[in-house]
Amino acid sequence: MGYFCPLIMADYSKYEVVIGLEVHAQLLTQSKLFCGDSIAFGAEPNTHVSPITLGHPGTLPRMNKKAIEFAVKMGLACGSEIEKNNYFARKNYFYPDLPKGYQVSQHTTPICKGGVVKIKIADQEKEIHLTRIHLEEDAGKSLHDVDANNTCIDYNRAGTPLIEIVSEPDLRSGEEAFAYLTEVRKLVRYLEICDGNMEEGSLRCDANISVRMHGETKLGTRVEVKNLNSVRNVKRAIEVESKRLIEILEEGGTIIQQTRSFDANENTTFAIRDKEDADDYRYFAEPDLTPFHLKDDFIENIRASIPALPEQRIKDYTDRLQLSVYDAAVLTEERSFSDYFEKLIQHATNYKSAANWMSGPVKTWLNENNKQPEEFPLSAKQLSSLITLVDAGKVSFSIASGKLFPQLLANPTLLPEQIATEQNLIQESDVSAIGPVIDSVLAKFADKVVEYKKGKKGLLALFVGEVIKQSKGKADPKKTNELLIEKLKS
Amino acid sequence: MFEFSSIEQYHAQLLKGSTTCLQAVEHYLQGIEATKHLNAFIEIYADEAIHQAKELDAKRKSGKQPGKLHGVVVGLKDVICYKGHKVSAASAILNNFTSLYSATAVERLIAEEAIIIGNLNCDEFAMGSTNENSAYGKVLNALDETRVPGGSSGGSAVAVQANLCMVSLGSDTGGSVRQPADFCGIIGLKPTYGRISRYGLIAYASSFDQIGIFGNTVADVSLLLEIMAGADEFDSTVSKHEVPAYSKQLKTSKKFRFAYFNEALNHSGIDKEIAEAIKKRIDELKNEGHTVQAVEFDLLDYIVPAYYVLTTAEASSNLSRFDGVKYGYRTKHPGVELTEFYKQSRSAGFGKEVKRRIMLGTFVLSAGYFDAYFTRAQKVRQLLKDKTELVFSQFDFILLPTSPVTAFKAVEKMGDPIAMYLADIYTVMANLVGIPAISLPLFSHSNGMPFGLQVMANAFDEVSLLQVSDTLMT
Repeated sequence: MGYFCPLIMADYSKYEVVIGLEVHAQLLTQSKLFCGDSIAFGAEPNTHVSPITLGHPGTLPRMNKKAIEFAVKMGLACGSEIEKNNYFARKNYFYPDLPKGYQVSQHTTPICKGGVVKIKIADQEKEIHLTRIHLEEDAGKSLHDVDANNTCIDYNRAGTPLIEIVSEPDLRSGEEAFAYLTEVRKLVRYLEICDGNMEEGSLRCDANISVRMHGETKLGTRVEVKNLNSVRNVKRAIEVESKRLIEILEEGGTIIQQTRSFDANENTTFAIRDKEDADDYRYFAEPDLTPFHLKDDFIENIRASIPALPEQRIKDYTDRLQLSVYDAAVLTEERSFSDYFEKLIQHATNYKSAANWMSGPVKTWLNENNKQPEEFPLSAKQLSSLITLVDAGKVSFSIASGKLFPQLLANPTLLPEQIATEQNLIQESDVSAIGPVIDSVLAKFADKVVEYKKGKKGLLALFVGEVIKQSKGKADPKKTNELLIEKLKS
Repeated sequence: MFEFSSIEQYHAQLLKGSTTCLQAVEHYLQGIEATKHLNAFIEIYADEAIHQAKELDAKRKSGKQPGKLHGVVVGLKDVICYKGHKVSAASAILNNFTSLYSATAVERLIAEEAIIIGNLNCDEFAMGSTNENSAYGKVLNALDETRVPGGSSGGSAVAVQANLCMVSLGSDTGGSVRQPADFCGIIGLKPTYGRISRYGLIAYASSFDQIGIFGNTVADVSLLLEIMAGADEFDSTVSKHEVPAYSKQLKTSKKFRFAYFNEALNHSGIDKEIAEAIKKRIDELKNEGHTVQAVEFDLLDYIVPAYYVLTTAEASSNLSRFDGVKYGYRTKHPGVELTEFYKQSRSAGFGKEVKRRIMLGTFVLSAGYFDAYFTRAQKVRQLLKDKTELVFSQFDFILLPTSPVTAFKAVEKMGDPIAMYLADIYTVMANLVGIPAISLPLFSHSNGMPFGLQVMANAFDEVSLLQVSDTLMT
């Protein structure tokens, strides 16, 4: 460093960081929360805007029942209490991207109260409690960089249904926040209620951060950090902001309640407004929507539609299938990946090799081709016949993954065994076929045979490798091994 | 020479061939032209109406089954949206705004072959009792042009009063149909809250607003109601209650049970002649064999304050969308900073009374005042609902004056908004409770002006309300 930089000798370890997250998830409904306009991402600006979306005079909201269903689904998955008597409220404020001058939200009666999201840090499980999950409509987008002199507004997003998932201040580090957000993202994707895409803004996160001395029970003054557009940035922002807060305290300063924005390029936060400027939103019950009552059978039908969630699947994979925790975690990262695996093991009974194929060749292919598991070209049955071929010792894993797998992917109608036979790739486990090759290898390496017999048993691998090589990969390594040991005894 | 007495007779004449839709439309267009100074209409759809009349005449002559409102000439208050036509709630903030869609009520009228002849002047955003708060200027009462027609649906009332259309639509948030009907000597019906879809009705106060109907006969008003009422997927607050054929069951010989409030008839603000006329009618009803009883009612002085707290609160929010950003009036200096942009656009776009109510509503919803005003007003609303329910457990109707006075002289009350608000004392109750109410032009005052009797019925009992109206009118 070419210039003098004063170091703040803060003792960070004295402090505890306290974080609560507010996560907004756009629901994967066909249409908006209160009208029939599409919510598809990426359309030309202002093409999904009916008079209702634009708040034209005389228009009224109409409730999208699917959105209610999705919110309840999330609540049930988190073990929240479902509010049966719901009504919407208006949050009044002026902003150009808010067409009606108020946002329709659930102020006093969130549809879900309480609940838990479990996270795991270094094998330690921790429960993060939820305050509430409520439904609300999204605003439009203000585009400040399209025109030099004007702000442009795209109302396509206005009215898109959102759930806001508010956590208790249970998180203690950026790492925990990272794990929590990853878990929430995984949950909404498993439930198929949100695509979880933070880059496109379908999942958004604000962090409420405060710091206090360890052992202190009162919460410190909190700062809200916005503009966190990736899971990684949530972690970075919390780390940089909590460091800033601790340094203020260490220098004897006072933290002021603020809303700040994260600048990912500079890895810093900057104030956007102080608490004193906070708006009075003048909430009151939305008179244009009748209160809605949720019936028990409506809730129970939603409960019945919830698929097995990651926690449950991991338990099943480790207990029943005897897979490692690591394998189970990899398999359950994505619901569709896990669903494929479950279809696969209906055909392939060797769970461990099925798991290896999933986390090996299948995952590699998906990553390389940037595809989703549902786009994987082979049916579970086809892939299982390939795995069975390896397990039966008919082809080696390397032949199967290196030669047969790519050919199958290129032409999914082919049968793996047929390709192997036609291309003469079936492994030899027959003594009469391997025997002569072994003899010729042992003759070629007569000196090594002597060394082996003197006790240099490690040379066995060399003989096995040579036999497989001479057989052009067809010799079954296991059988070859057995035969070699037998022959070398004499 | 075309003459209109009722839709039924008009239809009979059409079928007989003694008149045509075109003759009717031309008659009204001439009338509108001759009474332009009344300022009832904002825009007249002359060419469209003539074209439509010709089509309907041709259709009828070809033997096709006519719609229920075949050729019926209707005017719309300027708060009701009609696709492709300007709508402004008589406000400069919606200057030159054209609606992209039609209100559900309008669509249903058109589906039955009604002819929309134009849109009608009113108080800005339906806020007012004199029709003097309009960006298009005041409307005159055709019976005495020095007097106001009432408000807010003044243009709609005058259009029927002066024979400028057969029936018209208004909106009634606190009496805006019944009071001008009273001032103009015609029938004005406010249906039960949620009976007619509000989709396409520019909101004043969402939990009070209801489209209302002006007409000369109970049968005409009933027919329009049965066509417009009923479930609508675009309004979640509209009732799914089945819609009876009101116009087919008007005649009855039933003896009814009426309640009335001495507190209302002996109130300090009521014109003596009005009180006497209603008391006299009450005695007549008894003589005709009906049950009529006084019921104690101690909430009268709370209802106007509760009404203004709640309606202005909703209005302050409902009118937030008029911000100069998406449509309507925008400040001439759009380069200013955002808050200033809103201030300039809204200060110039809204009229005085609208701004007064937006400020009042914003105040009562503000943190620190919410409980003292909004919550308490809601409690009054609930008490009033409970009380009304109790009355209707024993009676079929409540009788009240429509207005404590006959039509004001123009400008008489403009300087005193509180006095103006207090004149709503008899009409706001039906909106606070959500029940149907009608003003029937039964009386005339020594000052030469007409005035009405207001009848209120239980929620969704328009059948009885219209039956008793028909009885009282004959």
